[in-house]
Amino acid sequence: MAQTQVNPTRMELTKQKNKLRTALRGHKLLKDKRDELMRQFLILVRENKALREKVEASIKDCNRNFVLARAGMNAESLNVALMAPKQEVYLEASQKNVMSVEVPQFSYKTRTSDSNDIYSYGLAFTSSDLDGAVKSIADILPDMLKLAECEKSCQLMASEIEKTRRRVNALEHVMIPQAQENIRYITMKLDEAERSSQARLMKVKDMMLEEAHKYSEKEDTLAEHHVEIEREEPAKTAE
Amino acid sequence: MYKIAVMGDRDSIYGFAAVGLEPFPITDADAASAKLKELVEGNYAVVYITEALAAKLEKEINYYSERRLPAIILIPGISGNTGRGIQAVKRSVEQAVGSDIIFGNE
Repeated sequence: MAQTQVNPTRMELTKQKNKLRTALRGHKLLKDKRDELMRQFLILVRENKALREKVEASIKDCNRNFVLARAGMNAESLNVALMAPKQEVYLEASQKNVMSVEVPQFSYKTRTSDSNDIYSYGLAFTSSDLDGAVKSIADILPDMLKLAECEKSCQLMASEIEKTRRRVNALEHVMIPQAQENIRYITMKLDEAERSSQARLMKVKDMMLEEAHKYSEKEDTLAEHHVEIEREEPAKTAE
Repeated sequence: MYKIAVMGDRDSIYGFAAVGLEPFPITDADAASAKLKELVEGNYAVVYITEALAAKLEKEINYYSERRLPAIILIPGISGNTGRGIQAVKRSVEQAVGSDIIFGNE
């Protein structure tokens, strides 16, 4: 494995061990985070899909109603009717923390307290189709806001899940194996150094003993002595 | 206090004015992109955009989707549902899961 240069020292070993411990812990936490985010995301995205289908269908109905309304009256009076809206919607956006993702929560207030106060025109000069159309749009407004909240949450969570997944993978496939490899490398280097100093010490001990007791000289004289005895013995037998 | 904006061609969005959303009738891509920028920086929490207009503003919408506010939501316009809105949901599933597991059977 291609790896960065590490110094095979005990300090570095401790550092790498700490790094590995942190990485393992982070990996576990991030994995949990990813799993929980994914679970919540899937619940939310199913809701999102259902809401969207509902809203799209109702908007289609609304548009149909508006086309009918427009057909029933001339463009000018329609414009005039809708020119000065009576109602106004104010949104209050709070935040909810879902696994450290800040998702928006909308609650809305209308300017007038009566939610049916939506007809910004006199009923005399407009077609009744327009009333129905405006009513149908007012009816889907809560759903549309819920859709906005839901869909935005989904988008934010999706990007967070993507980020978390990348982090988990980076830890799992890069950081942790690298730290393990470094630890193995340092341990082996240290062991090797240990063995080599052991061998050197043994050698030094040998040399010092040699110096003190002159084993090799004694051995030499002993050997010479043996040779002499062997030489003498055949001489004796010859005599 | 935040407001809600609706962008798109006039016929698709004028109804929303009645219930208190702010309509911005725009069909031109450049003008819409400028307007969208203004809305994002302004005091709007939700921007509804018709699918037809969103098709021209894909880059901008993706760019703003990372921000917490506003939520940019596609709605079908008067010309019909192009499936772009549901496509956006699908895309976020793909981004999160890696493959589409919610809409797979459709």
